[in-house]
Amino acid sequence: MTPSARPTAAWTPDQPIVSVSDVHKSFGDVEVLKGIGFEVAKGEVICIIGPSGSGKSTLLRCINALVPINSGSITVEGQEVNDPRLDKLALRRKVGMVFQQYNLFPHRTALANIMMAPVHVLKQDRAEVLVRARELMRKVRLEGKEDSYPGELSGGQQQRVAIARSLAMNPDVMLFDEVTAALDPETVKEVLVTIRELAEEGMTCMLVTHEMGFARELADHIYFTDRGVIVEHGPPETFFKQASDPRTREFLSQIL
Amino acid sequence: MSVRSSIMVPRGAPLPVLLPLRRPAPRSLTLPLDAAWQRRATLVVLVLLASWLLCAEALAQAGVARPGIVALLWKWTPVIFSGFLFNILISVLSMAIGTVAGVALGLLQVSLVRPVRRSAWVVTQFFRNAPWLVILFYCILLIPFEFTILGATVPFPAWIKAVIGLSLPVMAYVSEFVRGAVSSIPSGQWEAAESLAFSRLQTMTMIILPQCVKRLLPPWMNLYAILTMATPLVSIVGVQEAMTLTRAALSSEGRFDLLIPMYLYILVWFFLYCYPISRYTVRLEQRHGRAS
Repeated sequence: MTPSARPTAAWTPDQPIVSVSDVHKSFGDVEVLKGIGFEVAKGEVICIIGPSGSGKSTLLRCINALVPINSGSITVEGQEVNDPRLDKLALRRKVGMVFQQYNLFPHRTALANIMMAPVHVLKQDRAEVLVRARELMRKVRLEGKEDSYPGELSGGQQQRVAIARSLAMNPDVMLFDEVTAALDPETVKEVLVTIRELAEEGMTCMLVTHEMGFARELADHIYFTDRGVIVEHGPPETFFKQASDPRTREFLSQIL
Repeated sequence: MSVRSSIMVPRGAPLPVLLPLRRPAPRSLTLPLDAAWQRRATLVVLVLLASWLLCAEALAQAGVARPGIVALLWKWTPVIFSGFLFNILISVLSMAIGTVAGVALGLLQVSLVRPVRRSAWVVTQFFRNAPWLVILFYCILLIPFEFTILGATVPFPAWIKAVIGLSLPVMAYVSEFVRGAVSSIPSGQWEAAESLAFSRLQTMTMIILPQCVKRLLPPWMNLYAILTMATPLVSIVGVQEAMTLTRAALSSEGRFDLLIPMYLYILVWFFLYCYPISRYTVRLEQRHGRAS
């Protein structure tokens, strides 16, 4: 990697917002990431696809430091994630994450789920946060569900609350980890619509997904991973038509 | 054998369909009787008890001119009741101290620091697997009867030592409950909290522990009932509680026919105090089971 890929202090929006280079990660003896590298520009939407167990979810978790990496470098807005002196709070304010299993806090209402982090972590004024939380509920089309508990909402509704909860921190990058994989087919669409709107507003999005149609339509760039490496990547037009690697072709033929 | 025989199908019979494994419904600890039957059974027991006491009373009065059993029980009731209140005080205090210490110890058991986690585990296991009576004796002997703090002498009566002695096993049990409840919360909750930049302490107090309360309440109440029933143990170290006072009353009356009714009387008192707690615990558990 060139030194310019590791900016230190001053980050400007024309530089990659997320830059991953030669990342290795093992769980015990199993190496799940074997030298992954790519860059994401501000406002870009990238999709990571690939067979299960290829390290896609781990990769996303490395970007917001939920999982520490063994070697390599990940920077978010110029900040090195692998730095032991990393201010994790500052990093996680910039990077929002949405999970496959929603992971809403079941003992709090939808609105309280959205408000908790801004009020208690960012110490923002409760009244202001309340106004913003209501706006976010409207944005994800869940007006009227503010006082519902997660257990009273459908999977798609819960996932949209989870997206709103993440957005309440005003992140610069959103990570989506197979967010539609646990949903009923009929509710997948409502979640995808929400993500599409976000992408169209210019949010930088990194999605791990199995929704190929969605990836083709929305992504600026597609990465195909298998066994811990990026096998192939490209913009969707060329990626889906001219996949050259046999592993990619086999995967696509199974899923399309 | 039974598996094979169930697969064998007579010729011409419809093929067996693989049915989903059905677990037998969890059996509740109560008798399999409906509410009306329970009321009737309770009534019968009470009537039997009362008639037996009245018979004994009649016999006693027919014999020599001395006070009957019921009259004696009535006579000693205020004294024994004051002792029983003391039992309740001891149980409440032990429970309070044990719960606070137990929650703290339980949280240390899920600490990220290995030595902390291990030592909290050792303390928990030690007090959880020790007989309560032995712990009680140990505390009575180990703790001095007074402390001198800044020149002022603070007495440390036996009953307070007994409270501490009983709170130690409570602490150990609560610690285990907390550890179990915390680790039963799905890891996704931790991940979500972490990705929202909550600190570990914030995650614990605002997200994990509130979800544990519902799970903790039934075993905690059960433990309280067990603790209350164990409070007569402190009579051995000379605390003026119900059991001690009952024995004192018995020896001052010196009547053998009073022994069994008197102890039965005490048993009924404890039963009347503990049974509603255990009933309510069962109700809570059922409601919890339905909710999840």
